Amino acid sequence: MKQTFFRNHENRSNRILPQEKKIQAGIKKDRTGSARARLVFFGLLAFLLLLGSVFSEALAPYDPDLQDLTIAKAAPSAAHLLGTDRYGRDMLSRVIAGSRASIFSTLLLVAVITAIGTLIGVFCGWNGKRADAVLMRISDIFLAFPGLVFAMAVAGLLGGGLHNAIIALAAISWPKYARIARSQTLAQRETAYLKAARLAGSGTVKIIFVHLLPNIMGPILVTSMLDIGTMMMELAGLSFLGLGAKPPTAEWGSMMSDARSLMTTAPWVAFSPGAAIFLSVMVFNLLGDTVRDYADPRSRDL
Amino acid sequence: MYMNVMIPGFFRLMENTLYKYIIQRLLQLIPVLIGITFLSFAMMRVAGSDAITELYGDKGAVSQEIIDARRAELGLDQPFLTQYVTWLGGMVRGDMGTSYVSGLDVAETFASKLPATLLLTALSILASVLISIPLGILAAVFRGRAVDYILRFISFIGNSLPNFFVALLLMHLLSIRLRLLPVLSDGISLRSALMPTMTLAIAMSSKYMRQVRAAVLEELQKDYVTGAKARGVRSRVTLWNSVIRSSMLTIITLLALSIGNLLGGTAIIESIFMWDGVGKMAVDAITMRDYPLIQAYVVWMAVIYVLVNLVTDLLYHLLDPRIRLGVIRE
Repeated sequence: MKQTFFRNHENRSNRILPQEKKIQAGIKKDRTGSARARLVFFGLLAFLLLLGSVFSEALAPYDPDLQDLTIAKAAPSAAHLLGTDRYGRDMLSRVIAGSRASIFSTLLLVAVITAIGTLIGVFCGWNGKRADAVLMRISDIFLAFPGLVFAMAVAGLLGGGLHNAIIALAAISWPKYARIARSQTLAQRETAYLKAARLAGSGTVKIIFVHLLPNIMGPILVTSMLDIGTMMMELAGLSFLGLGAKPPTAEWGSMMSDARSLMTTAPWVAFSPGAAIFLSVMVFNLLGDTVRDYADPRSRDL
Repeated sequence: MYMNVMIPGFFRLMENTLYKYIIQRLLQLIPVLIGITFLSFAMMRVAGSDAITELYGDKGAVSQEIIDARRAELGLDQPFLTQYVTWLGGMVRGDMGTSYVSGLDVAETFASKLPATLLLTALSILASVLISIPLGILAAVFRGRAVDYILRFISFIGNSLPNFFVALLLMHLLSIRLRLLPVLSDGISLRSALMPTMTLAIAMSSKYMRQVRAAVLEELQKDYVTGAKARGVRSRVTLWNSVIRSSMLTIITLLALSIGNLLGGTAIIESIFMWDGVGKMAVDAITMRDYPLIQAYVVWMAVIYVLVNLVTDLLYHLLDPRIRLGVIRE
């Protein structure tokens, strides 16, 4: 009886397009098996990238900073799979070494803005009143700066360097997270379980960290997963402009910028770090999309 | 009889809510604008520099008296807030100071470079509209079919490519390999605008194709589409007369919101292709620590962005018949 009701209900809501049935079947299958499989697969891939970036020194076949002018600008070969740059440094080793500055820093950046944004948002949503109004107006101001404009200026004024680029991007990115955390907190604040927790004698700090945060972290984490790719591109973009990591530090953005003058003679010097950024961004974007689909199956295909 | 009362009533309601909304939005704008300018001003000061240190800083020959005199002359001995108000007054009147590097008037420099950036932005948006809207509709209509998967795959690739990498790839392919276009722009011409436009349009249309698809799909799932189908209306008619027309509002809003972002995002592309716009000017100014130019860029880009968003939002309210007629309220 119950089953028939559900089947009818589903059929009725899905009579919109003929091909819908196929999609619906796909979603059903995904919910049980393939979404989790994709999550595990891309999660593992992303984890391997992170692991590689942490242990990049051990993975690089040559010393990434070793110069050998006799083989400068050598095309990709068996000895140097991605060729060498203008000082004869092995490009594969440099790309691997650059993963630390690119991948590890990006993940650090996203972790920092997620934490800061969430804390500010929860504080605002929980306390309300004046502090909330002031902090939200401040976040309005930060949200009013378009794209990289503000980050470029801050990174430049702080004098460049990878740390300053991270600070600049963090300064401009936290409001988004604060907004989400705030609205989630507002939605949860008056719920029965939080009231019950308070009646049971839990203090504010305990309620927030033990009861509230686990319940609001979902949407926030999905947002941060989806942001990793963009942040990676923006961080590399700042380095490309000379406002992030500086040579001789191996960092993909600055390596590409440095290779611009070799575009006619040795294009691989610019292309290999470019491809590295592209592939890493793709892995993290795929992971982000999968996490979002997993958390909210309705968002699939949209 | 009732109509006589109802219709003017409707119009009064519509004028009233919309008018109130516009006023409300304009009032909200004031603290944001003050915040933007204050932040930009404070930022440059925190960076530990003013015009005098910048001019005489590393020249030990200038005596302290001269420095003090110059400081007083420029009002740099005033309290921070007074300086901010003076600076803001200048900003509003179009006096943004002079460049530390070139000695030229900042407002003039900025105004002379702005058209190039606006041209590039306009061309990129035009290209993105022409690419993303038809393809997005196509993907939505053929949802779940091969076309949809291919288009989504392409848009996914486009979304994961950093624009500076796209720029270098295009440069390599079109200028170095095929020798079709000049590597760097030789002035502001359509020919040299082609590669920067393509670069910006690739990223933007990948993003907007997804959003167009989502908007059309959402509309396709509404009950009236099922109703029209049940009544035997051909799906092509429903698609063109209703679905696309109603999803256009969302699509146009999304595109308009991207204008501001694009204006700020052109900096990298402008400096790669040596396109002589405000973005390249800003990058150069940042490397040379030319504070007045950076300040002008940050402030005016933010102001343009905020204003574009405001106009978009108001247009959205003005154009949406449901909001206009007060059927649904914000």
